[in-house]
Amino acid sequence: QPNNNMSILKVLLVTDLCVLKCVGFEGTGQYYSNLKSRYGNNIDTCNIAQLLAPSIIDLSKTFYCHLGVNVPDHAMTFRSLCNLLQDSVTPFVVSVHAKECAAVKLLIQKVLEQLMGRGVSVDEEQEDDTALLQKTQCTISALCQWYKTKCTQVSPKRKENLAKNDLPVVVIFKDFEAFNSQVLQDFILICSRYTQELPFVFIFGIATSPSAIQHRLPHSVSSLLCIEVFHSLSCTQHLASVFDKLILNSQFPFKLSSRVIQVLVGIFLYHDFSVQNFVKGLQFSMLEHFNSQPLSVLCCQKHEALLSAKILSKQNVERIRHLPSFMRYVETQEPQEQVRLLTNDEHVKEVCQKLLKNLHTYHKNYYPILQCLHSLTSSLPKFPLGKHIRELHVSCIEKNLWETEEYDSALQLLRILAKDELVAALRSCAEILKSANTKRMQNVLQQLEDFLGVSSEDSSGNGVVSAKMEYQRTDLFQLQKTLLEKESRRTKRMNPFEVLRSQVIDFIDSLVREYLTPAEFQPLNEVCYYSSSGVLRQRLNVTPRTSIQAALTHPFYYLKNESLKTNTGTISSAAPDLCIVYKLHLECGRLINLYDWLEAYVTVMSAAEDQDTNSEDARFIQAVSEMEFLGFVKSTKQKTDHVARLTWGGC
Amino acid sequence: MSHQKSFQYADLLSVLERVVDIMSAPDQYSYPSVFIYGHRATGKSHVVLSIMKDLELPHASVDCVECVSSGLLFHQVLSAFFGPDAAALLPRCPSLSDFVRLYKQMSSNSPATQTRYIILDRAERMRDMDFSLLPALLRLQELVNDNVTVILLSEIVWEKFRPNTGCFEPLLFHFPDYSKGKSLVQILSWDHHPSYTPELYASYINILLGVFFSVCRDLRELRHLAVLNFSKFCEPLEKGEAKESDIHKLWKNIEPHLQRAMQTVYLREVSSVQWEQQQMDEKEATTLRVLSAHAHIELPYYSKFLLIAAYLASFNPARTDRRFFLKSHGKIRKTNFLKKHEKTSNHLLGPKPFPLDRLMAIFYSVVDSRVAPTASIFSQISSLVTLQLLSQVGHDDQLDSPKYKCSVSLDFILAISRCVCVCVRLLDLLALSLVIQSQVVRQERSLFTAVSNLHLL
Repeated sequence: QPNNNMSILKVLLVTDLCVLKCVGFEGTGQYYSNLKSRYGNNIDTCNIAQLLAPSIIDLSKTFYCHLGVNVPDHAMTFRSLCNLLQDSVTPFVVSVHAKECAAVKLLIQKVLEQLMGRGVSVDEEQEDDTALLQKTQCTISALCQWYKTKCTQVSPKRKENLAKNDLPVVVIFKDFEAFNSQVLQDFILICSRYTQELPFVFIFGIATSPSAIQHRLPHSVSSLLCIEVFHSLSCTQHLASVFDKLILNSQFPFKLSSRVIQVLVGIFLYHDFSVQNFVKGLQFSMLEHFNSQPLSVLCCQKHEALLSAKILSKQNVERIRHLPSFMRYVETQEPQEQVRLLTNDEHVKEVCQKLLKNLHTYHKNYYPILQCLHSLTSSLPKFPLGKHIRELHVSCIEKNLWETEEYDSALQLLRILAKDELVAALRSCAEILKSANTKRMQNVLQQLEDFLGVSSEDSSGNGVVSAKMEYQRTDLFQLQKTLLEKESRRTKRMNPFEVLRSQVIDFIDSLVREYLTPAEFQPLNEVCYYSSSGVLRQRLNVTPRTSIQAALTHPFYYLKNESLKTNTGTISSAAPDLCIVYKLHLECGRLINLYDWLEAYVTVMSAAEDQDTNSEDARFIQAVSEMEFLGFVKSTKQKTDHVARLTWGGC
Repeated sequence: MSHQKSFQYADLLSVLERVVDIMSAPDQYSYPSVFIYGHRATGKSHVVLSIMKDLELPHASVDCVECVSSGLLFHQVLSAFFGPDAAALLPRCPSLSDFVRLYKQMSSNSPATQTRYIILDRAERMRDMDFSLLPALLRLQELVNDNVTVILLSEIVWEKFRPNTGCFEPLLFHFPDYSKGKSLVQILSWDHHPSYTPELYASYINILLGVFFSVCRDLRELRHLAVLNFSKFCEPLEKGEAKESDIHKLWKNIEPHLQRAMQTVYLREVSSVQWEQQQMDEKEATTLRVLSAHAHIELPYYSKFLLIAAYLASFNPARTDRRFFLKSHGKIRKTNFLKKHEKTSNHLLGPKPFPLDRLMAIFYSVVDSRVAPTASIFSQISSLVTLQLLSQVGHDDQLDSPKYKCSVSLDFILAISRCVCVCVRLLDLLALSLVIQSQVVRQERSLFTAVSNLHLL
């Protein structure tokens, strides 16, 4: 019987393991370099050397890095910050974690250990003779001595970089909020005694708001600090850059369907704000795709895909025939062609190559046009097509964009755009299209530039006219006349710009209809698109409690034992003890009488004849203690022989 | 400042005379222990150390904050008197008797020709160390049989030190606070600028004290502020808009500036470097990027709701949950709705602990969409705890039914709900619970502003 429980637990663990396994794929590298460059700029602007000019009271320069709440990303940020500081500012960089510094002694030890690079021991019980000398050295004054000798050794080259001769000792407190405030206070006070000899720079990583420092430290301590605040980019900006590089990019053949993107973005926005987890989710879906879809052999760069399409196995050809998108494609063909597609394998392979080529060109044209549309609509009031490009992308690959109301309202807004705004937006579109290198995009670019050329000519013409107007002297009557004239002209015919504008908008509309078709309608899209969002949600957003409850109420779901199939509401004696006990306890109130529970259990068990009755007590007690272990009941002192329920429901 | 200058402190003269009296006969045994107390920056350590330096007395100066263990203290004292070799002889975990034994041994080799002084700064930290340490140090002279005096420096009076078992009473000295009129102006005027007359600087100091004296008597802080703001004070003089005698004009120029300084640089909302920079380009009217201005916190969507739920759970009595969060609650008679002790505002009483179950129940009723009880929801609670927005209440049953408290303010919650609230219902809820409380206590201003904020929404 215990084996059954084990299998239940195993299922739960696997869901977590899947997430853990796929660390370190492509993608993280790019994100990493992005982070690095960002911090590079930050550090340059703050110019630590210049800030280190001594003042009477400010002891240590303190920098707050104000970060978002996501913890997994911080480790990476601090690692790159640490490397950067070591490369460009000072070799003396220490980073400490709150959980390893519960007391001042430990904090100092940690700092010294990392700086001096050897075991400085304060553990006085340690039976180590070499520790004898080192034990007493665990003070900041020892660090001072070490620093003096070290500073003379440091290459003179580095010294030239700094105006002053000394290199600061940088201490990074990774999670400021978690530190014991007394420890921090003492550490700052101690360091304040040595600022003359030892220039300290503290970096506090703060996840909430910088005013946390005033909450944590008293004025007598915070007055010793000279504080500069730095903000990291918000996590949504990071997400946008990850999107740009990994998802909205035709280089990578692997794609995500709209549902999958929604799941991943949902986890990001609703739960953790962690870009790292987002990238891991991406990696996981990639693994899942290549693992579960045999046709993913075709999901690679264009020439490789064409090569492997030539040598498709019979089985895979059959699979292609069963793809919904391929079937749809077959239906649109001539009857004769249909027969050939369904019978001739070689022909399928040829068609497949053609379709793959089409898919690749579809992607090459899709992304530039998507970016153009986004740059046009992102400045509209109320963002009818979404503020971020990812929203636009999702709605594009989900359904026909031009059939939505939002698209209509966006176009209406575009049709009344002022001239300078429209020209600026078109210019940015032209910039985007310049980087796209397909023929069609070059054609589109050409047309756009023609429009721009026409509009600029037009503006010069207009300018002359208006200049003439200004010089005319008008009396009231004439003014009225001209105004009326203008009014009538406006209703009758549009001025040249308006004509041009509607032409441009129509052109853009035609582009959208041609290139931003949903990916679902492309034949063979299943090869590249990962679409099982349900699996992803199950794996990444685990619900431990629901799966435990499912396992306990429907043991068949996990154990796949035919004898466990029961109607809902009845309790089968064949089920594991734990399941029986669980179902019985659902019928009780907040306090459960153990004896009644046992009686009910025995009744259920005695329904099956071939059970031996001797071991029932023991099995019941074991099941109850398992329930306690799983957190459904706990022992209580309120009433003897009773246990308390910890879940709601029942009764 | 040399110590001769220190003797100009009129108030301190008598104290100093007595201190120096004690030290005047170095070849004779001195009083075993001296206790000096006074406020921050009244010159205790400075006076004692400069006397030591000028009279070239053998002394060991130890800051007790630094001594995380008593071993470090012994080590520092021994190495100051007898060199680092002697200190290295201490065993790994030295006890008081080890110290005394070693001290005796060393002092018999090199007996004191004049009184040795052990100066213990921030002595209040000694109370947290071994309980026998303080009484032993007070009569160290007897224990080691050497001409040694222990000087304790502290901001706390002696009565707070005296152990239960009684101890040797040290000689007490009090360093009085500086009076505003004489000594502070006098002392601060010493670092006057060489290119201006001392009289001008003295008048500047008077203006400065007029602004800051009510909030700050710390000499170091005042000196720092004086140096920081002096260039601004001199600006009209340099431009030729005013003469040194135009004190009133100068005052008008500097006064609002100093007021601003009190609100920002004194509270360390901006650093002094930023303050100086800001003074340079003040003409461009740069807005101050103060610390407390960045109060905005980015939280994931559900974390915000969890925090709101926690706030509601912390400040509303559990009895009212049924009324606030159930869609079809029964009619509750208004007269008996709140019990008498509940009629004091919960915001005055502070947050109350609530169990996890209640938090989740309120959370589910506050969030409009259906939320699965996923692992990440629960991990968000623990990350809120590490951010100290929630705090876990000490409780014997941490695993099965943990209890939490919400430790954020009303304004914070309002800011959060403002950016979350697409649903009007939640706003109603917040408003409702607030209105009920504000009906109870009319005086509480913050609640009214909160409610009016809600109306604005």
